[in-house]
Amino acid sequence: MTKTEVLTWKIGGVAGAGQQVAGLIFAKACSRGGLFTFDSSEYPSRIRGGLVTYRLSISNKPVTAIYRSTQLLIALTQEAFDYCQPDVVSGGVILYDSDTFKPGRKGFDGIKAYPLPLKKLGDEAGIPPLAANMLAIGATVALLKYDLAIVRQTIAEVFRDKGSEVVVMNQKAVQAGFDYARKNLEPGKFPFTLSPVKNRPADKILVTASDMVALGAISAGCKFLASYPMTPASPILHDLINWAEKSGMFVIQPEDEISAIHMAIGAAYAGVRSMTATSGGGFALMTEGLALAAMTETPLVIVEGQRPGPATGLPTWTAQGDLAYLTKAGHGEFIRVILAPGDAAEAYELTGQAFNLAEKYQIPVFILLDKYILEGHQSIAVPANNFKIERGEILTEKDLAGIKGYKRYLNTKTGISPRAIPGCRGGIHLANSDEHDEFGYSIEGFSAKVVAEQAEKRFRKLSRLLAELPKPKLFGPKKARLTLLGWGSTKGPVLEAMKDLPQVNYLHITAPWPMSESTMKKALQGQRRIVAIENNFTGQFAEILRGQTGIKVTDRISKYNGAQFYPDEIVAQVKRLITSKG
Amino acid sequence: MAQAKDFQTNNKPTWCPACGNYGSYAALTQAFAELGLEPHQVVMTFDIGCNGNGANNYRLYGFHSLHGRTIPVATAVKLANNDLTVVALSGDGGGYGEGGNHFLHACRRNVNMTLIIHNNERYSLTTGQTSPTTRLGDKTKTALVGSIDQPLNGPQIALTAGATFVARGFADDTASLKEIYKRALTHKGFSVVELLQPCVIFYDAKNIRDEYRSKIYKLDSKNWPTNNRQAAYQKAGETARLPIGIFFQEARPTFESHFKALANQTLVSRPTEKVDLTPFLKELK
Ligand SMILES: Cc1ncc(C[n+]2csc(CCOP(=O)(O)OP(=O)(O)O)c2C)c(N)n1
Ligand code: SF4
Repeated sequence: MTKTEVLTWKIGGVAGAGQQVAGLIFAKACSRGGLFTFDSSEYPSRIRGGLVTYRLSISNKPVTAIYRSTQLLIALTQEAFDYCQPDVVSGGVILYDSDTFKPGRKGFDGIKAYPLPLKKLGDEAGIPPLAANMLAIGATVALLKYDLAIVRQTIAEVFRDKGSEVVVMNQKAVQAGFDYARKNLEPGKFPFTLSPVKNRPADKILVTASDMVALGAISAGCKFLASYPMTPASPILHDLINWAEKSGMFVIQPEDEISAIHMAIGAAYAGVRSMTATSGGGFALMTEGLALAAMTETPLVIVEGQRPGPATGLPTWTAQGDLAYLTKAGHGEFIRVILAPGDAAEAYELTGQAFNLAEKYQIPVFILLDKYILEGHQSIAVPANNFKIERGEILTEKDLAGIKGYKRYLNTKTGISPRAIPGCRGGIHLANSDEHDEFGYSIEGFSAKVVAEQAEKRFRKLSRLLAELPKPKLFGPKKARLTLLGWGSTKGPVLEAMKDLPQVNYLHITAPWPMSESTMKKALQGQRRIVAIENNFTGQFAEILRGQTGIKVTDRISKYNGAQFYPDEIVAQVKRLITSKG
Repeated sequence: MAQAKDFQTNNKPTWCPACGNYGSYAALTQAFAELGLEPHQVVMTFDIGCNGNGANNYRLYGFHSLHGRTIPVATAVKLANNDLTVVALSGDGGGYGEGGNHFLHACRRNVNMTLIIHNNERYSLTTGQTSPTTRLGDKTKTALVGSIDQPLNGPQIALTAGATFVARGFADDTASLKEIYKRALTHKGFSVVELLQPCVIFYDAKNIRDEYRSKIYKLDSKNWPTNNRQAAYQKAGETARLPIGIFFQEARPTFESHFKALANQTLVSRPTEKVDLTPFLKELK
């Protein structure tokens, strides 16, 4: 990386042709060489055909976002060429599959385009078409003067389970691409290079936020997942099914999301930590179950992976459009918590916290993410695996033996009533979706006093809960000309943008709901100009902030076109704001 | 040993006098007792409806769920703790209407639990509207000139969807109903009992009982071939006369028996603690 701190490599082609697999191999090879990467894939909601891209931003320092400016593009089709070429920087290189198309020469001055005859090279080397992407990886390695041995080693490790034939074939493919590029593509003139780091950090993994939610759930002792497939939450289901035998977690794919949430509730009532995962559309079906968990005071963790809506929206793209919905979803009034990890590492941490909060307060807790971080791989340090598991007040048979006439919904000072787990002698009770007395038995409005008491009991948990929620985190200088305010996945792009914005700081929110007025006021105190940055149209967090605290943000930066923010966009918008009114 | 009354609270039932729910309540609590169960070993999940109002009356671990959602809650309770005896109650509205999808898939899945569907051919708690089992031509609040939708036959659907135990009982015949419940509770797999449950309010009280009494007959428990799904399907479809008893029973591995995680230990009895992440981290390098 001589010219730039971050190098972005992109490959575009047809869905189903394996760009994502090949791209991930390259990412892993970079990671094994001690480099840091962040990847992102653009793909349509179909299985074969249509444009697919895979993009990888690489740096020798941690990189927390995908960059738009591309130094090296592999275009496998004309469509990919047309879509990706505008992002290629001056001095960059495009390799195009010359056996598929010939690009016109217009509109890309300062960029070199070289033919890469994938079919011909593949035929010569005796490689099936599916490995064509690996030829392109080989050519990439040659151009960037990266270490081919690391790539070969990565292939051996990743494809080990598929057998030596697959390993050898893929290694042959990278070698053929590498040799071709060395001979024909003037790597000496290509200004961007990639070299393995000398002192490699040993404990690094390349993961998505989905992986880390799954790992966090395992680590937190979750034993039950009921989940109905829906992009972008399905990878969590896939991970946990793949790992079920080793983790001991019970994973079930039920008939619909309504069933999924009620199963998660049933398992939690029966005494195990349980979870469901879905996207906004699936959660819409679960909404009644959210209210059920609240009324029965059953601990519940719900993962919601956002994609653009309304309705089916853009199934395979990204947005932060469901925050406001989750704060209000469900009929009636009740407490719920929304945790919004900004990256893979936070996804792990907050998943652990979600289970503790759900059980300690006997409430539903959301982990709210989006496609961008659920599907993008990022290099992070190995997590510590040191969660303190806090299950809240659960009575054992011994405890129960000392209690006469156990009351499940005992009206306590904290609002938290100790739970008894089915199967325990002395703890029988009714968990009830109807309003109930302390025993759990249904009551009517005639018992007005008890009705009010139970409502107050449930809400009494709020003050302790607020004190325990993760606090806003400030990045950058304590005081700044302009303060960006964001939540969830905007963190990564903002942190990258701040490398070019020294007068700007960022307040990162990982627990957008419920909101503590005093916490927010303290966190924003003395900041001159607050700019909310959100991947939605209406500025949902800014609205919540105003409603809960009266604080009005000065400006908003929003994006709602299916893509996440790019660091350079943020830099440009912030600079414009500073010069316009600063 | 626990008696039927040990499974009964002191709460006054909300059912109308002479409602069919009383018979089922007596039969089921008696069945629990005769099977040697204790209240803390039983979980019942309840739907919303007149049948579900019984939640206040059963003295055991109860979960009063939402309308149509008794099956998924019960399913997961069983998966989390397969030492428990798990019974889901529902009406014909909750079981075949609002929760119809759960019903179908629970039959396929074959978790070891019991589903009792109170068929009173009406949405009774909501004051007598048409239900999925209302007979053709019956006039209700929402079928002013008579119901026009083909009534749904629950036992036939259960058989088609793959249930491993399908029976029908009559609420007034508590002795035979109790025996059916006992067989259902001890069946290894998903057992469905459809209960003919007279509603004395939204049906003329005397008529419905007279009608049931004249039409109902017991399957010959010695000679009826309970292993024949086809025959059971035909039998369950009779309308001129109404057979009660066990239509069908088969031994099929339960859903949970396919999972190593549940083989030797219940999920709930395994400690909730840190798991070694090394094997997973290896895949994520
Ligand atoms: C989601 C939802 N929809 C509608 C209702 C209103 N509701 C309560 S009970 C019931 C139907 C009851 O009929 P059934 O399930 O047959 O039980 P029954 O009262 O006859 O025992 C309905 C529609 C509800 N509680 N929840
Ligand atoms: S309305 Fe019918 S079903 Fe409901 S309690 Fe009365 S008799 Fe029973």
